[in-house]
Amino acid sequence: MTAVLEVRNISKRFGGITAVDGVSFEVQEGEILGLIGPNGCGKSTLFNCILGQLTPSGGEVKVDGKLVTGLRASELNRLGVSRTFQLLQVFPKLSVRENLILAGQEHQGSMLSRLFGPSDAGLTEAADRMIGFFKLGHLAGEAAGGLSYGQQKLLDAAMAFMGGPRLVLLDEPAGGVNLTMLADLKERLAAINREKRATFVVIEHNMEFVMSLCSRVMVMAEGRVLAMGCPAEVRANPAVIEAYLGH
Amino acid sequence: MTGTMRYLQIALGVVVIAGLVLVPMNFNRYGLFILSQWAVMTIAAMGLNLTLGYAGQVSLAQGAFVGIGAYAAAIMTTQGAPLIAALVVAIILCFAVGWLLGYPALRVQHHYLAFVTLAFSTLAFLVFRNEEWLTKGIYGISNIPRPHVFGFATNRPLPFYYLCLGSLGLVSLAMWWLIRSPWGRAFLALRENPIRALSLGIDTRRYTLMAFAIGSALGGVAGTLYAPLTQYIDPVPFNLSLSLDLLMMVIVGGAGFFFGPFLGAMIAVLLPEWLRFTQGYYLMLYAIAVILLLIYSPTGILGILDRYLSERRTKTASALRAVAPSRLETAP
Amino acid sequence: MSNLFDLLVAGLATGAIYAVVAVGFTLLWQTSQTINFAQGEFVMLPAFLMLAAMQAGAPFWLAIVIGILLSLLLLGLGFKLLLVDPMLRHGVLPLAIATMALAIDIKEAVKQFFSAEASPFPSVVPAGDISLLGHTVSLQSIGVLVLAIVAVVGLTLFLNHTSIGHQMQATAQNPTVARIIGVPVERMILLTFLINALLVALASLLITPIYLAKFSSGEVLGQAAFIAAIVGGFNQVRGAIAGGLLIGVVDNLAAAYVSTQYRAAVPLILLIAVILFRPQGLLGRPEERTV
Repeated sequence: MTAVLEVRNISKRFGGITAVDGVSFEVQEGEILGLIGPNGCGKSTLFNCILGQLTPSGGEVKVDGKLVTGLRASELNRLGVSRTFQLLQVFPKLSVRENLILAGQEHQGSMLSRLFGPSDAGLTEAADRMIGFFKLGHLAGEAAGGLSYGQQKLLDAAMAFMGGPRLVLLDEPAGGVNLTMLADLKERLAAINREKRATFVVIEHNMEFVMSLCSRVMVMAEGRVLAMGCPAEVRANPAVIEAYLGH
Repeated sequence: MTGTMRYLQIALGVVVIAGLVLVPMNFNRYGLFILSQWAVMTIAAMGLNLTLGYAGQVSLAQGAFVGIGAYAAAIMTTQGAPLIAALVVAIILCFAVGWLLGYPALRVQHHYLAFVTLAFSTLAFLVFRNEEWLTKGIYGISNIPRPHVFGFATNRPLPFYYLCLGSLGLVSLAMWWLIRSPWGRAFLALRENPIRALSLGIDTRRYTLMAFAIGSALGGVAGTLYAPLTQYIDPVPFNLSLSLDLLMMVIVGGAGFFFGPFLGAMIAVLLPEWLRFTQGYYLMLYAIAVILLLIYSPTGILGILDRYLSERRTKTASALRAVAPSRLETAP
Repeated sequence: MSNLFDLLVAGLATGAIYAVVAVGFTLLWQTSQTINFAQGEFVMLPAFLMLAAMQAGAPFWLAIVIGILLSLLLLGLGFKLLLVDPMLRHGVLPLAIATMALAIDIKEAVKQFFSAEASPFPSVVPAGDISLLGHTVSLQSIGVLVLAIVAVVGLTLFLNHTSIGHQMQATAQNPTVARIIGVPVERMILLTFLINALLVALASLLITPIYLAKFSSGEVLGQAAFIAAIVGGFNQVRGAIAGGLLIGVVDNLAAAYVSTQYRAAVPLILLIAVILFRPQGLLGRPEERTV
């Protein structure tokens, strides 16, 4: 079975610094892969290389068997790959519902239909469903800038799912979210993973979040893959423990 | 609260439109000329607002596009073609040129569009001046006829003013439609947060290019009205100064605000009249005023208004929140 | 062909002046994200300041000194403190637009306070011709070329071989990292503005005798600087130098071989061609992917 995501020997150099050094891994459909590692180990850079925000210095990326290395982020998104951001990136002036419509509008129709078609691109229903799913119902018409941090994080995640993506890369989704919200978020992610067979790769520092949500965990250190396996294995791996303690 | 605001806005709109239609009936020839000029410049400024205010790109060629539209109208109508045909030609030509200029310039990150449009502005002026067989060069094209609209002649100032006003109305409706459509949402996204926009599948490059091409086409539309307004055109008005003037109009009114161009054009057209006593200094004073305005509010006059209103709104909201619990407490 | 040789020398002379202006422009952009659309007017102004000093009775050499000092004050310090600093917090684009308004301002001010007519301007280089490699070349061209080259070489030596120069380069390449390694970034940025003021004053001194002092000459000079900077390679000082020389030569050749009507179009078309086919400029490095 073709892996949803195949990363072969990706590396990224910035002048003299090698941020990512020959990383390879695969993610199968329906998996939730956790990506952990001490600060500066190259996780976010790896994400940016996969997602088209940066051009890798070497290696290749395949989505569903199709070569996508170096494609622009918008093209990748239309192939079914989406992401959330570490630093919150919702559109504060738009309402929650409008944010979601925006997130979904490029995945259907054409430029012309978007120009001459209805103002909401026919997505109000889908947006409201997503709002319901993420339990943001009472905030649907509110400007996104007025939401609490945790609520904005939920919106961010919801936006990533609007286009019905095959693969979602989440960059520290739990960062700064309080415990109640966190439980909600984890539960919602697990639900989408089950119902839609959506595949996730999650960067996180919150160990409890990662270990309870992810089916497999990959550990990076200094730009390279240090360990890969199920949560229990990785947690017990002495090299991993050293990498964290050593920093 | 929003209901009353809405009602007020609509009432204000009706009053303004009625005013624009009825009041000028008492104006003399010159007043009507100024007002028509305002309407035409607003159309050009709206196009530039789309490029600058909504898509975040500087175009220094809007004046050249007005020139292309004006020459298209002048050449065609003096040969007997109806103005509407010139309008179609101007729109297609300006859109195409805009697209051709923008396509390479927007591939790069560096605000190259500003320089490319600067270069194009000079090039266009050279063509207007040199190609005498087409544009009559520095001698200009005179006796540009005014069109017949639905059988009505627009030779007199008042009917022509209504033509300009009506055109402004139509263009405004079209812009309103554009901004409310998914395209408008995409413009907002690419202006506020292009990285996020890309990650949502928005082809920022294509939308920006479209905004610039449409904006340029609107410059051409303004040009096709400019020619019959002045009834004589030569290359002189269509140089870099016009592009800069239009830019200032958008900036002063408020880039990215729908009514910014209306306000900016009003100020730009009326200012030389008000400041006539300062003789040659008015442009200098105006430029200094623009700089000061920019330092205080890069989003222009409407930006100041918007900030004031949203501060009022948050103060009201927090005031309401402060009152609410005490109300609960006093309940039995 | 002696004609070609003359054109080349004259072209290199004006090109060297364009290079000086383009270098200042590029430095401002690199160190502080300032796209100075008033750069052309910056080159136009110092000559008028010097003319004013001479009208007030100062001898030429003193007028030059006064002009340079005023330049440093107004176009260096004043520009930075009164315009760039307040505007930069709003972003790159608003600042760029503010410089456009400043350009209008300077142009109108000169038109009002001096005159709308062109005024002659004395040259620092004596008039006359000399014989070079069997061709007769004007001393003016050689003099201008030499002075401009001295300025550019001096600047390059300063940037590459002094401690301050290195610090400036670090600031230009990456202000954040520079700050971390202890470079006084703010002071370096101010220095860049002062250097630009010096460069435009020099360019003014060299080019005004040729094209006369006119309030409207900023437009053409500015355009030449922008085109030179982009054609050469937008983020390289050496690109600005190469671009300036190229534009100067191309412009002069165009004046001779292309119709006078469209002579100004040649550099513009070169600009569009470069942006189309080689956006990083002739000497620039391909940029990290655009967003």
